[in-house]
Amino acid sequence: MARAISTKSKMFNTATAGTLGFLMFFPILWILILSFKTEEDAIRAPLEVLFSSDWTTESYGAVQARSDYFKHFMNSVTISVGSTLLGLLIAIPAAWAMAFVPAKRTKDVLMWMLSTKMLPPVGVLIPIYLIFRDFGLLDTRVGLTFVLMMINLPIIIWMLYTYFKEIPGEILEAARMDGATLREEVIYVLTPMAIPGMASTVLLNIILAWNEAFWSLQLTSSNAAPLTQFIASYSSPEGLFYAKLSAASIMAIAPILIMGWFSQKQLVRGLTFGAVK
Amino acid sequence: MGHISLSQVTKSFGDVNVIPPLDLEINEGEFVVFVGPSGCGKSTLLRLIAGLEDITSGHIAIDGQDATDVPPAKRGLAMVFQSYALYPHMSVRKNIAFPLRMAKLDKAEQDRKVEEAARVLNLTDYLDRRPGQLSGGQRQRVAIGRAIVREPSAFLFDEPLSNLDAALRVNMRLEISELHKQLATTMVYVTHDQVEAMTMADKIVVLRAGNIEQVGSPLELYRKPQNKFVAGFIGSPKMNFLTGKTAAAHGADTIGIRPEHLEVSRESGDWKGIVGVSEHLGSDTFFHVPVADSEAPLTVRVSGEVDLRRGEEIFVSPQLEHLHRFDAQGRAIG
Repeated sequence: MARAISTKSKMFNTATAGTLGFLMFFPILWILILSFKTEEDAIRAPLEVLFSSDWTTESYGAVQARSDYFKHFMNSVTISVGSTLLGLLIAIPAAWAMAFVPAKRTKDVLMWMLSTKMLPPVGVLIPIYLIFRDFGLLDTRVGLTFVLMMINLPIIIWMLYTYFKEIPGEILEAARMDGATLREEVIYVLTPMAIPGMASTVLLNIILAWNEAFWSLQLTSSNAAPLTQFIASYSSPEGLFYAKLSAASIMAIAPILIMGWFSQKQLVRGLTFGAVK
Repeated sequence: MGHISLSQVTKSFGDVNVIPPLDLEINEGEFVVFVGPSGCGKSTLLRLIAGLEDITSGHIAIDGQDATDVPPAKRGLAMVFQSYALYPHMSVRKNIAFPLRMAKLDKAEQDRKVEEAARVLNLTDYLDRRPGQLSGGQRQRVAIGRAIVREPSAFLFDEPLSNLDAALRVNMRLEISELHKQLATTMVYVTHDQVEAMTMADKIVVLRAGNIEQVGSPLELYRKPQNKFVAGFIGSPKMNFLTGKTAAAHGADTIGIRPEHLEVSRESGDWKGIVGVSEHLGSDTFFHVPVADSEAPLTVRVSGEVDLRRGEEIFVSPQLEHLHRFDAQGRAIG
């Protein structure tokens, strides 16, 4: 029997969920509002900002005039997509091995990989910076792609491992009996079955890499600077530029927000994959 | 083609020894069934033959060639799995064609073989469907189709019917037997169901804890079980066992008598008991009768409907020519 839910509790639930949703979305909404104000209006009291000031797109114009948005955008795309694809290339064999031919220490290896995510990144900043300096990788897209790939690799491997675990081993054995080599087994059988899981892994990692700020701020300055660097350049000691900072933020998060919106279904499906059979 | 020979094969998982040294010959064209309770190593043995598990020591030869270190695909065997193990993202046609595609056969030849297999298995109308859109029986047939097209020297079946409902199981049993007659290829079949073993096999291999307890034709095992385990495992309902004085009277530690070899009388007989639960199947009736020297109530099979009430006192007598005698180690005497 389906549970009966009273109208009252339905209303309460809707109101609570709505409020929570609004609270979470509010900072983005506020940035959006500020981005359409002049600098003078943007620093006024919140109610005044909303009701007694004019709307303008001048901040967007100013931001575009001062820095090359398209260059930063392309850097972000290259780095986030590049690091994710590079990560997949390493993670697929790793996850395959751990899911289908587990050894005694497989669980420990997985935990160890996850533990690297608990290390404060600043702890390895100096060695990585020095390596980058010596190999001429500072402010290069290749360098940043590589670092972000390594930062996110544990997550990619963990996610793929979970999806691969869901695939019955007998199907892969059937492929082996049918004469598939290991390569053919991975290409024709495993990968197509793991596509939903892989898609959400890719999406999540693109989002993570897109939003990554620590390394991109430390290791890039202009040539390879992604959108996070582009936003940061508007919060400078020169003064408060709320409106321009907001406009830059909106321009930086809009692409990933839109992508997330369209792929929401895939993301949720992927993240809850296997929860219910 | 299709002679499989195992000599001194062992398998251990870590410290656990699953298969002690084992020898077995499977002849060309034979339908061999491995049967035993769960955990007896029958599936492991099949997987060793398939090459999906590496043997710890010993040798496996297929058609006279040493296959011990040959990878599964190169052994010329095809396997049907319990879960069917179809590729869910491929159509039935592509599932069946997969081994041919892996063998790099040309497209026209692939199509011809797939059509042929589909015709034999009544799958022609379903070729463009996905496995998810098929019933259990149809999926099983696709799995068999995928095995047939390879024209293997032997088929390996790992409990292929255990996911099907009872009625379908009987049908598929017949279909597989029929297929064996048509193809005349060696088939090795694993099951825990002794009815499947009895009805399909040319030769049954009864396994317990990795050891072969007895090898023989279904009727040999039924008539002359070599030990108490085989006697109790083969035959349905199970053989009755009696110990103590009753057994001693027949010069044995334990005696066994099948339910169908007992006679019932209200007036006189060898063993006295009270009728307990009775099961009426129409064609037969099973009475459960507790008697002295038997741990479980005796199961007595009587043809047709017999009017015996619960609580009634009756006499049960064994047909002496069908009495099995076992010594203290459970080995058959005589």
